[in-house]
Amino acid sequence: MALDGNAIGGLLLEIFAAEMTSAEATCAACGAVRPVAETTVYHRGPGTVVRCRSCTSVLMVISRVRGLNCVDLSGIEVLRVRPASG
Amino acid sequence: MAGTAVRRRLSWVVATVATVTDETDSVRTIALDLPDWPGHQAGQHLDVRLTAEDGYSAERSYSIASADGEPVAITVERLDDGEVSPYLTQELRPGDQMEVRGPIGSWFTWGPHDGGPLLLIAGGSGVVPLRAILRHRQRSGSNVPARLLYSSRSLEDVIYREELDQYRGNAEVRYTLTRRQPPRWDGFAGRVDDAMLDRIAWPASQRPLAFICGPTRFVEAVAELLVARHYPESRVKTERFGGA
Amino acid sequence: MTSPVSRGFHRLSRPGDAQAGKLPPGQHATTDFPVLSAGPTPHTPLQEWSFSIRRGGKTLRTWTWPEFMDLPAETVTVDIHCVTRWSKLGTVWRGVPVPALLNQVALDAQYVLAFSDGGYTTNLPVKDVTGGQAWLAFDYDGQPLPPEHGGPARLLVPHLYFWKSAKWVRGLELLDHDQPGFWENYGYNNYGDPWREQRYAGD
Repeated sequence: MALDGNAIGGLLLEIFAAEMTSAEATCAACGAVRPVAETTVYHRGPGTVVRCRSCTSVLMVISRVRGLNCVDLSGIEVLRVRPASG
Repeated sequence: MAGTAVRRRLSWVVATVATVTDETDSVRTIALDLPDWPGHQAGQHLDVRLTAEDGYSAERSYSIASADGEPVAITVERLDDGEVSPYLTQELRPGDQMEVRGPIGSWFTWGPHDGGPLLLIAGGSGVVPLRAILRHRQRSGSNVPARLLYSSRSLEDVIYREELDQYRGNAEVRYTLTRRQPPRWDGFAGRVDDAMLDRIAWPASQRPLAFICGPTRFVEAVAELLVARHYPESRVKTERFGGA
Repeated sequence: MTSPVSRGFHRLSRPGDAQAGKLPPGQHATTDFPVLSAGPTPHTPLQEWSFSIRRGGKTLRTWTWPEFMDLPAETVTVDIHCVTRWSKLGTVWRGVPVPALLNQVALDAQYVLAFSDGGYTTNLPVKDVTGGQAWLAFDYDGQPLPPEHGGPARLLVPHLYFWKSAKWVRGLELLDHDQPGFWENYGYNNYGDPWREQRYAGD
């Protein structure tokens, strides 16, 4: 069953070296804006697929190929990330 | 400064099991010795990695059950066909080691500055991060009103019962038992529904902040009920665990 | 830094492991049937379901569910291998051999791109979906294929990694040139032979 962006907080920390679950993602397909924590996540497969909770379009795909994280963010129009504070 | 904090959380560190406490027949709390722990917010979780002798490794995420300032602890529910949870709830002993990454999370977290009133709704082991929120609220001396509605199959499945029963005043805990209720049960019975929320949910006009945690289906059903009662989506925070 | 061993932790051993002689490299046998997906489970009602063969933007042939059910089907027992390293031995399926569908169109293509409800795609050479190697499967283990495992019908191509066995398949696009599908675009191998351990691009 699908989870949400909280489940990939660690993976995103590894990729972005930043806490990303509160980052707001604008769906490139439907314009819905949501924190990454509230996206729909499918992560038991060849890779992790993150989808817009409103329209189910793919926001992000993360695959791990020979130890490298391969990240496709093209489904996100804008990602707003608050800088880490002190 | 910030870079160091992030780097510390980014890497896997070795944790040693300090104590194990059986909460119910299938649920155990594991307290960890974690050197240089940077502290954590209520609602955050840890990623745990176990490595076998043959090099096979498995990773899982567990909500932190304790409040900041207390020893870091996770509470794990044993899934009968699981690979990791039977090991953690039955085999693991004080002195054993695991790798841990975290704390992780910034959306599904609460501190007194986030205000309230708080509506916490837990399904099964989803109570773990919400219990951390209540503990943190109490330790920080916050007066933010809080209500926890905790859905469990039966009274035997309720985790942290003694602790939760002690909340008084403007922190209130109510249970709903979905499969079996003991004789003379005066709590709720059955699945969370509108009638139950009529009795426990803050009206939307009070601008409550809701946290829902548990199996995916439970979380989505409850979130829908709250949004239908005009809770804004931005004030209904959800965390889905695996399973139904 | 090497990870410390967690005393007493080991992979869940399952009875199927005893048949290790039949496993491709890097795989272990499982007796359950994990559900892995890239998106929500579609629930297309049978009266709306169709399977099409297309080429260059044109639909060459379509089958409704009753028409599909009229095609000759066979029961096969095969081993399946997922790129996430689990294998399931001796799985029983019932399905229509893909040539029974391809033979009804002018087949002058070298490659196909299977497409599914929800937008999933995967590419295969035509020679890998013919010659008794591929079926359009609608029954698993004697029961109608459940939605979470790709029902009402999925592609079944057991000699390749299981991501090539597209769930919820709705058709095949005939192509002159190979075109990577969903996972192939994200770093997975274009062909996917488990016996040569072709998991990732470049393997």
